[in-house]
Formats: sequence, C-alpha cells, structure tokens
Amino acid sequence: MMESVISFLISVTPFLIDGLLLGFVFGVAAMGLTLIWGVMDVINLAHGPIISLAMFGVYLLTVTLGWGNPYIALIVVAALALPIGMGIYYIAVNRVIDAPHLSSLLATYSVNMMLMGVMNAVFGGAPRNIEYSLGTIQIGESITIPTARLVAAVAAAGIATALYFFLYRTRIGRYIRAVTDNRDAAELVGVPSTRILALSFGIGTLLAAFAGGLIATIFPFTIFEGSKYELKSFVIGVLGGLGNPIGSLFGGLILGVIEGLVPMFLETSWTPVIEFTLFVLILLVRPTGLFGGKS
Amino acid sequence: MKESKRAFPLADVLPGLPDQHWASFVLPLAVVLGLALFPFITGKDVHRETMFTVLRAIVMAVSLNIILGYTGYVSFGHVVFYGLGGYVGFYLVSEKGMSLWVALLAGGLAAGLLAWVIGAGILRLRGAYFALVTIGVNEAVRALIQNLDIFGGPLGLEMNFSVYKAYGGPQAMLQMTYNILVGLAVIAVLLSYAVRTSKFGLGLLAIREDEDAAEVMGIIAPKAKTWAYVLSAILPGMVGALFFFRNGSIEPHEAFPLHISIEAIVMVMLGGYGTVLGPILGAAGYQVMRAFLITNRYLKNIQLTVSGVLLLLIVLFIPAGLIGWLRRRIPASRRILL
Repeated sequence: MMESVISFLISVTPFLIDGLLLGFVFGVAAMGLTLIWGVMDVINLAHGPIISLAMFGVYLLTVTLGWGNPYIALIVVAALALPIGMGIYYIAVNRVIDAPHLSSLLATYSVNMMLMGVMNAVFGGAPRNIEYSLGTIQIGESITIPTARLVAAVAAAGIATALYFFLYRTRIGRYIRAVTDNRDAAELVGVPSTRILALSFGIGTLLAAFAGGLIATIFPFTIFEGSKYELKSFVIGVLGGLGNPIGSLFGGLILGVIEGLVPMFLETSWTPVIEFTLFVLILLVRPTGLFGGKS
Repeated sequence: MKESKRAFPLADVLPGLPDQHWASFVLPLAVVLGLALFPFITGKDVHRETMFTVLRAIVMAVSLNIILGYTGYVSFGHVVFYGLGGYVGFYLVSEKGMSLWVALLAGGLAAGLLAWVIGAGILRLRGAYFALVTIGVNEAVRALIQNLDIFGGPLGLEMNFSVYKAYGGPQAMLQMTYNILVGLAVIAVLLSYAVRTSKFGLGLLAIREDEDAAEVMGIIAPKAKTWAYVLSAILPGMVGALFFFRNGSIEPHEAFPLHISIEAIVMVMLGGYGTVLGPILGAAGYQVMRAFLITNRYLKNIQLTVSGVLLLLIVLFIPAGLIGWLRRRIPASRRILL
C-alpha cells in the first residue's frame, strides 16, 4: 500500500512540476487581463493578439535581426508594450469607458481585428520557433526539467512580485488601487484618473506581452497562439477572481496543475472540457472567483 | 436616452403600436425578400451562393438581436447554438438516415433546449460576466463534442453524397436549401417584429434599460430573459442544421468559431441594435463590405484590419448604428423605421 502511494507520487511529480512551471507563465498572462478588468471594468479582447504580437516581436529581434538571445529581446518587447497599451487605451477605450459593456468589448475586439489583420499580412499563418536551448536540469533520476521552463517560471514569478510591490508600495500603485475601488472618489481627491487608467492598460499590455515572450521561448507558435492564452486567461482570471491580479497567479498555478495532471488520467483532449466547465460553474456559483475579486 | 422616454407613451397603445406606419412592418420584409429574390432574377448560381451567406448572416444577426438588442444581454458565444444545431441535424441525417425536415426541427429544438437549460443559470449574470460565461459555454460544448465519438471526435462527420439523391441530386439540393433559408429568414424577421411590438418585447426593453426598475414594475425578469434567450437560439440552431447539411461535412473547428458570434454582434451594431430593420441592413452591409475587401487586390491581405478600423469608428462615433442614428436625427423617421 505504502509503496504504491510512493510510486504514484513519484510518477505524478514530473507532471506536477511541469504544470506548476507553466502555471506561473499562464498566471502572468492572466494578470494582464484581470488588472485591466479590475481597474476599468473592461474585458480586453485584444489580449490574445497582444500575446501573439509579443511572440513575433521576440522572434523578430532574436532570429530575424540576429540578436540571438531571446531574453534580451523579451525585455525590449515588454518595454515597448507599455506605450503601445497606453496608445490602445487612448485611441479605442477612453471614449467608451463609461458606456455599456458592449461598447468596450467591441472596441477592444476591433483592436483585436486590426492586430490580427496586420500580423496575418506580415507573418502569415506559418508556425515559428525560437531555437535557443538552455539544456535541461536533472533532479534525481526521474525528473528532467528544460531550463527554459524554469527560467520562464522564475521570470514570471519575478514580474508578479514586482507588480505586487508596485501596486502596494508605490504612490502610483496606490493611485491604481484607488481608481479600482472607486474612480469618482479617487478623482475627487486629486488622482488623475484618465492617466491612471491609461497606465493600467499599458501595464496590463506589458504583462500580456511579457507572458507571450516567455511562451515563445518554450513552445513553437503561430499568430493564432495568443487567442488560446486569451481563453486560458479568462479561465484563470475567474479562478483567481476577476480584478485581483495577485489571485491570477494562483489561478494560473491551478490551471497549470490541471493541465499537468489531467493527461495522466484522461486523454489530453478532455482538458479544455474540464477547464471550461469549471470556468462556467465558478462564474455561476462564485463570480468573484476562488480568491475574491471585485464584486 | 430619448428613446426610453418614448417607450412609455407606446405602452398605452399596445399591442400593435398604432402610431407606427405600416411601412415599419413592410420595410424589413421587403429588404429580406428583395435580397432573397435577387439570384432568381439573375438566374446565376454564384449569386445564389453569395445570397446564401448574406441570408445566413441575417438570420444570425436578427436572432441575436432579440437577446442582445432588445434585452441588453451580450451573448458573445451565440455561435454555440448554430454549432449544436448543426451537429444534431447532421447526425440525424447522415448517421440515422432521417430527413432534412426532421434535422431542421431537431437542430432548432436542441438549440432552444440548451438555451432554456443554461439560460436560467447564466442570465443571472449581468454585463461582462454574462459575455464571459457565454464564451465559456461555447468553448465547453466545442471541447465536449471534440471528445464524443458519435459525433466523430475532432475529425467530425462526413455526409455520404448518396443522401442528396433523395432531394433530387446535389444541384437541386442547393436550390432547395436556399429556398428553405429564405423561409427561415422571413420567419426570423416576423419573429423579431412580433417580439419588438409585443408587451413581452416591451418588457425586454424595460429590462435592457433598467432591470431592477423593470422588476419593480412587475416584469418577471428571469422568465422573460430566458424566453428571449430561447427565441434567439432556435433559428441559429436551424440554420446550423441547414448549413452543415448543405456543406456535406461538419467538424468542431467549423461549427463553433467564436468569430462568427462576434461578427453577428458587429452586424447588429452596424445596423442599430434593438431595432427590427437594423440587424438586417447591418448583416447585408457587413457581408457586402467583406466581399468587397476580400476581392480587392490591395485590401484583401489586411481585410481584417480595415474591418477593425470600421468597427472602432462605429463603436466610438455612431454607437446606435445606422437605424438608431436615423431615428435620433430625423424624428419623423421613427414611425417608419422600427
């Protein structure tokens, strides 16, 4: 009995580790989405194409321009994402920020269409791959971790921590939280709410781009890859509580574990069934998410 | 909101809205029939195929408008009804040897049933939460069907071409399915008009403007919303069954593409949400624009970008859509444009 439990645990561990490592990256992608939702009640339907765009940005710098190191490219892409996100906010979102949800959903979806159209014209639908091997790390006898995944997880955890300190330990972070709680009241005490909204959209875009760049170092991708992570981000956002960026990290870990463990018991194709059923059920039973979010 | 104020004087004169000109009833029908007759006049198969796409879009947009435009609930995953109807209908015809008519009814029934079952639960969620949950439902159903062997799993199902013999061969089948679609489009318009001018429809409009106030006024919102959802699901289900019968094959990827629902939303917005005529014009206009962009030498590669820019301009500057804008600008047109 004891032995079978131990052997089960040993066989589960690699899947668990794999899932957890990816979970950090999923979590950062979802943080971008849920930060924007929390601050301004906008579901950013351009989230997926931004992730794809970041993947291709890293690819362009690393392979086409021959920089060689995707991690330097990643930092550049993430830095560019901030002003791009703020631009998207001023062009597409600012005017509909107080309109019914349909308007902001369609406004961000129109950005989605524009980005997809441009990427389709420039890159086409062919898959790309960034070949940059960091080798693997061996733990014990049965566990082998590709180093790139470990680096991605550490980087993701790092940026999540940075976001936490930014939100809770800086003046601008406090402004963002104030606007999240009550925009009118924040405006009354002198918070420049429009600029804070734009900045939040920029940071959300930065997080999405950062996650996209990390994923590009692990998996091959097409321009449609981002949409998959957009859907994942919805699920994660709801798991962790929409509007609660730190909850997203936990949501991402949960999703990572589900994706790691489900293939042990069922065919992989059942994973999305479980994920989306969970998603619908949580929305119905506890729309604020498992870890609490904005009601 | 000028219109919501106007809705109250209308309440006194229900049902039938006598201050509406008869043209407000005839115009939507005339537009649909005019489009439907076009291929009969030219006699070209190419035009029939184009119009099939346009009419399909019209049914989708007009149906979606019942829950989206009248009731104010943004159903982002509406394509789930189209896909489910398609699968149920396809399965009955190709695997069980039943007739197209049974498939159409079953497709509509399955879609309506799904809407009824999930509606009571998900329609409690408001705003963006509802939009999100409909995306989740669509993805869950798609993923589930991908795993069901009776529906052919990820590969889907193929129709044996001998099935079409019962309908006079593939050529006659194409014409017949087109005629059926014309019928469905007319039904969609009649349904939309009937809902819009009924007391039930007025209840939906009240829910859209302020759900809590509507409940105080005595509207049983959960019931009304569920029925609106069911009504908006049935015809897309039937069109799904019809389209995939005609198509000869069905796969999860083709049956549940999220962008079809979003395109339908765009059509409703283009023409004017909450109006009868708007979604019809929006659907036709959108398809014409798309056809133009795809065939244009310079624009075809960035077709999606051009559509996106257009959508953004409409959302930002004419959120009421064409008909909504006309009704606002030219008060006299309100009697005619409903």
